Amino acid sequence: MKKPWKEFTKGIIRENPIFVLVLGMCPTLAVTTSAENGLGMGAAATVVLLGSNIVIALLRKVIPDKIRIPAYITIIAGFVTVIQLLLKAYLPDLDKALGIFIPLIVVNCIILARAEMFASKNNVGYSILDALGMGVGFTLALLLIGSIREILGSGTIFGMDVSFGVIPQATLFILPAGGFLILGLLMALYNKLTKGKSQVVDCATCPVPCHTVSKEVS
Amino acid sequence: MNKTLTVNSSPHIKDSINTTNIMLDVIIALIPAMIISIYLFSYIAAVIIAVTVVSSVFFEWIYNLATKQKQSAGDLSAVVTGILLALNLPPSASSIWLGAVGSLIAIIIVKMIFGGIGHNIFNPAMAARVFLTVAFSSQMTSWISTGADAVSTATPLAMAGNGIVTSNLDLFLGNVPGCIGETSALALLLGLAWLLIRKIITLDIPLTYVATVAVFALLIGQDPLFHILSGGLLIGAVFMATDYVTSPMTRKGKIIFGFGLGIITMGIRVYGNLPEGVSFAILFMNVLVPLIDRYTIPRSFGGVKKKNA
Repeated sequence: MKKPWKEFTKGIIRENPIFVLVLGMCPTLAVTTSAENGLGMGAAATVVLLGSNIVIALLRKVIPDKIRIPAYITIIAGFVTVIQLLLKAYLPDLDKALGIFIPLIVVNCIILARAEMFASKNNVGYSILDALGMGVGFTLALLLIGSIREILGSGTIFGMDVSFGVIPQATLFILPAGGFLILGLLMALYNKLTKGKSQVVDCATCPVPCHTVSKEVS
Repeated sequence: MNKTLTVNSSPHIKDSINTTNIMLDVIIALIPAMIISIYLFSYIAAVIIAVTVVSSVFFEWIYNLATKQKQSAGDLSAVVTGILLALNLPPSASSIWLGAVGSLIAIIIVKMIFGGIGHNIFNPAMAARVFLTVAFSSQMTSWISTGADAVSTATPLAMAGNGIVTSNLDLFLGNVPGCIGETSALALLLGLAWLLIRKIITLDIPLTYVATVAVFALLIGQDPLFHILSGGLLIGAVFMATDYVTSPMTRKGKIIFGFGLGIITMGIRVYGNLPEGVSFAILFMNVLVPLIDRYTIPRSFGGVKKKNA
C-alpha cells in the first residue's frame, strides 16, 4: 500500500516536474498568462501523459531498444492529436488561447522523460500512478503560476474581477518577463519550504537519460 | 591564552571607511538634487522621497527579521536606494504608491533574495525603476511641467522626437518636465563634485559614459549637449552606474562599462521606440560586469606579461 501511494505523491512534491525537475519550461512560461490557461494546459498534458505512460508500459517489452525514442514520440503524438481534436470540438476558446502549445506537447520533456525513466521500466499500475502524480504536480504548478500572473497582471482570477476597480494592474506579469520573475520567485520559495525534503537530482535520479545515450554513442 | 592578541592574515591596518560612511557621503551628494526637486515640483517630491526611503528601510528590516539574518537595515544603503528610486519617479500623486511598490522590488527581490548588499547583480533602484516602467507604463510616464501651475506634458526627449527644442539652459538648471531628481544637471554635478572630493567614486565611468554619448550624438549630427543634459543620463552616470556592487572593479573594466552604457543609451534614444534608454543600458551592462571583470584582471605586481597562447 505504501509504495503505490509514494509513486503517486512523488510527482506532486518531492519530484515536482516544474519546481524540482525543471522540465517543460516552454509551456510553463508561455501559456500561464491566466489561471484558466494554466489549468487547461496542465489537464491536457496530464491526459496525454496518462495515455502514453499506459501504452508505453504495456509495450515496454515489445519496443526494440534502439528505436524506442521514435516509438515513444509516435505514441505521444497519437494522444496529442486526440486531445487537440477534442479541444477543438468542445473547448474552442481554450484551444485558441493555448494555440501552438497543444501540438507541442508531443515534444514536452515531462512526457518523454516519464516514458524513458519510468514507464519503460515499470508495470502499468505504477506507470498510471506516476503519470497521475506528475500530471497533478504539473497542473498545480501551472495553475499557481497562472493564478498569480493573472491576479497581478490583469486583476482577475478565472476571469472574475479581484481588483475592485482600485488596484492597478501590472502589465509586466502577463508579459514573458513576468513569467520568468514569478517562476523564479516561486522556485526560491519552494526550495525554502522543502529544504532537505525535495529529492536531490544526481546521476542516478537525473531525468535526462544520458547514461543510455552515451552507451549508444560508444 | 592572551585574548588581546589576534592572529589573522592581512590586512592588519584598517581604515575607518565602511559601508555606512560611504552611503552617508552618497546621501550628502544627493542633497542638492533633492532640494532642487522639492523647489521645482513642490511638496509632492518631498512626500515621494520620504515614502520611498521609509519603505525601503522597512522592507530591508522586515526581510532580515523574517529570515532571521543579521540586521542590515541601519547601514544606510537602503536609504540611498530609496532616495535614488524616488528621484527616478515622475512627480505625480501615483508615484507615492509606485515608490512603495518599487522599494519592495528593489530591496526584497533585487537585493535581499540575492544575498543582500554586495551580492546583488543589478542596481536595486535601477531594476525597480525598470520594473515599474514596464509594469505600470501609464503611471510612470505622467509628466508634469515645473512651477506652481503644473500641467501634464511630455519630457524634452519625447518632445525632441517631435521636433520641439528645449533650451539647454533650462535643461542645465532643471526647469523641464521629467523624473523628480533627474532634471537638474547643476544639482547632479554638485553631487558628482562631492563624491569626487571625498574619493567615493572615480571619474572613469561617468566620463566615458558621457563622452561616448557626446561622440555618438556628434556622429549622427545631433546636439551632444542636449543628449548629455536631458533625460536620466547624468543621474544614471553619476549615481547609478558607479554603484560599487554592480560596476567593474578595474579601471580598464570601468572604461569598457562606460562605453557600453553610452552606446546602448544612444542606440535606444535614437533608434529605439522608447524616448529614454539610460535605465535599460545600466541594467544590461550590470549583467556583463562579471564578464568584464573576468577579462580585465590586472597583471599582479612583478608578474610577467601573458604571452599569446
